[in-house]
Amino acid sequence: MASVTYDHVVKRYTADLTVVKDFNVEIKDKEFMVLVGPSGCGKSTALRMLAGLEAISEGQIRIGDRVVNNVAAKDRDIAMVFQSYALYPHMSVYDNMAFPLQMQHMKKDEIDKRVKNASRILGLDNFLKRKPRALSGGQRQRVALGRAIVRSPKVFLLDEPLSNLDAKLRGQTRIELQKLHRDLETTFIYVTHDQVEAMTMGDRIAIMNAGILQQVGTPGDIYDHPANLFVAGFIGSPTMNFVPATVDNGVAKASGLELKLPKPISATKGTLGFRPEAVTDKVVEGGPTMKMKVDVVERLGSDQFLYGQVGSDQVTARVDPRMSVQPGDTVQLGLDTRGLHFFDAESEKALI
Amino acid sequence: MSVASAAPTSSVAVSWSPKWITDRIGGVVLHIAVISLTLAWMVPTIGLLITSFRLPADIANTGWWTALAPPYKFTLDNYSQMFSASNLGQGFFNSFMISIPAVIIPVTIAAFAAYAFAWMKFPGRDWIFLALVGLLAVPLQLTFIPVTTEFVKLGFTPDKLTAIGLPPFIPLWLAHAGYGLPFSIYLLSNFFRALPSDLFESAEIDGAGMLTVFFRIVVPLSVPAIASLVIFQFLWVWNDLLVALIYVGGTPNVAPVTVSLVNLVGSYGQNYQLLTAAAFFSMIVPLVVFLSLQRYFVRGILAGSVKG
Repeated sequence: MASVTYDHVVKRYTADLTVVKDFNVEIKDKEFMVLVGPSGCGKSTALRMLAGLEAISEGQIRIGDRVVNNVAAKDRDIAMVFQSYALYPHMSVYDNMAFPLQMQHMKKDEIDKRVKNASRILGLDNFLKRKPRALSGGQRQRVALGRAIVRSPKVFLLDEPLSNLDAKLRGQTRIELQKLHRDLETTFIYVTHDQVEAMTMGDRIAIMNAGILQQVGTPGDIYDHPANLFVAGFIGSPTMNFVPATVDNGVAKASGLELKLPKPISATKGTLGFRPEAVTDKVVEGGPTMKMKVDVVERLGSDQFLYGQVGSDQVTARVDPRMSVQPGDTVQLGLDTRGLHFFDAESEKALI
Repeated sequence: MSVASAAPTSSVAVSWSPKWITDRIGGVVLHIAVISLTLAWMVPTIGLLITSFRLPADIANTGWWTALAPPYKFTLDNYSQMFSASNLGQGFFNSFMISIPAVIIPVTIAAFAAYAFAWMKFPGRDWIFLALVGLLAVPLQLTFIPVTTEFVKLGFTPDKLTAIGLPPFIPLWLAHAGYGLPFSIYLLSNFFRALPSDLFESAEIDGAGMLTVFFRIVVPLSVPAIASLVIFQFLWVWNDLLVALIYVGGTPNVAPVTVSLVNLVGSYGQNYQLLTAAAFFSMIVPLVVFLSLQRYFVRGILAGSVKG
């Protein structure tokens, strides 16, 4: 049980290859923190530096109050679950879970107690004698978790632990992991490229891109107030609509849309951003409207997505499923400006 | 959000389509090639086997294949003569005394070295490895004179070693270990390198030191590679004549079975028939070793060359 602090952490492989740049995050005790970003963004490297598998080029990583830069991986009191699970193929499930404890020269009966306890929590009681190859993907994943649990570490590190599972199992395991986090009352740091996992599991999310931390916040916070264009586009599915616009006297003008910005900004050029659900089939009283030429209609039962052209821009709308639209139709849609964003053309930072 | 089920892609070509015909021809050519290679390798061996049951006079006058037609005139004389005429028993004992350490020593050293080359970082690692692989190309005949000179200087000769109570085979063990190491290290480090790095990282976090990782993870996972290496090295040492002759000489108390076999035959090639019988007899041991480990042999070769 401990907090984790990244203090101006840099990872540099060669002079001109820096994969993590000035990374600063404070992860609270017992928090479920998700590091998310596209592949190659440095999120795994950030995790591996904390695990002790990669050297830290600059800055400090602290677990609790202890600086761990020069502490060996095994002495950091952490446990890691790998994407490939990294189970020892020649050992039984029991031995796989007992291995880290044997390495600590723990007494046999204490090892037995802990392994039995972990296997009970994870429902692995009937598989203890099996080899990993005789297990299903989900069971292997649980063994990997069990190997982490038995150590009762201060921090759990999970590196894309669900990406080798099929969709259904992934959904289930997501819930199980959250439950596990609650039961163990330990700090979890979870790396993923899947924004759905990040949104559903994280107490807080840290979004990275190209080695740079973009934003840290609760899922709601990040969804409603993205700090920049990248975050706005990365979080949410379908993605936010981006429409290039010019601003003149507080009025933003796009190719098929004109609206008064809710607050004045100094920029004259940039990108308007609004999520599909801000586009409605009901025209808001006095609010902006747009004409959409519908290309594709997607009915999901609970929702209906319209993909089409507004002026010369591609826009997605999430409308009432009862609205009757056919591809090729031109429909009049409203826009709820409460969820409106404006991103600066140069810096791509959110101004609204 | 519906997922369209992909139509099963059919890879079965229709009969008599061009693809089907080329596939068929390819298969036939492959079979012919494999079968003719097998035959080419087997015919001399079968000839040897049949010859070992023939009378000396017949061997001298007709080819072995004539024995396949009646009248059959097979005999076991060659085998009984071989046993009475030679000290093959001593030869077998010596061969084991030579082979077992000459397998254990290089395989053990190679396993440690290969682990270091594959998973430890140290300066010059790649260059040392390259030099080592380069040694594979050095013909061992090149080393006989310098190494023998050194051995003599150091007193590593059978007589001197026996005089001070050491086994006379030491120079041979060292020589075989040296000749076997480059290939052994090469084979094993390729195999070790193919083990997933996650395992090593996981073990590191679990708190396993290098030796623990080696003995509890690398070795158990590499049994196929190590077994095939044991077979290779054993066959090579068991069948070796030249190295043994150079480093320990031909005196019966130290000569391995290969050397005793050669001694059976006179300098003008008389007693040729004894050689055939003895050669077959000496093949039994490698055959047993190979058959008992061949399960691993096949797996090990595949695992080493094709990354699974």
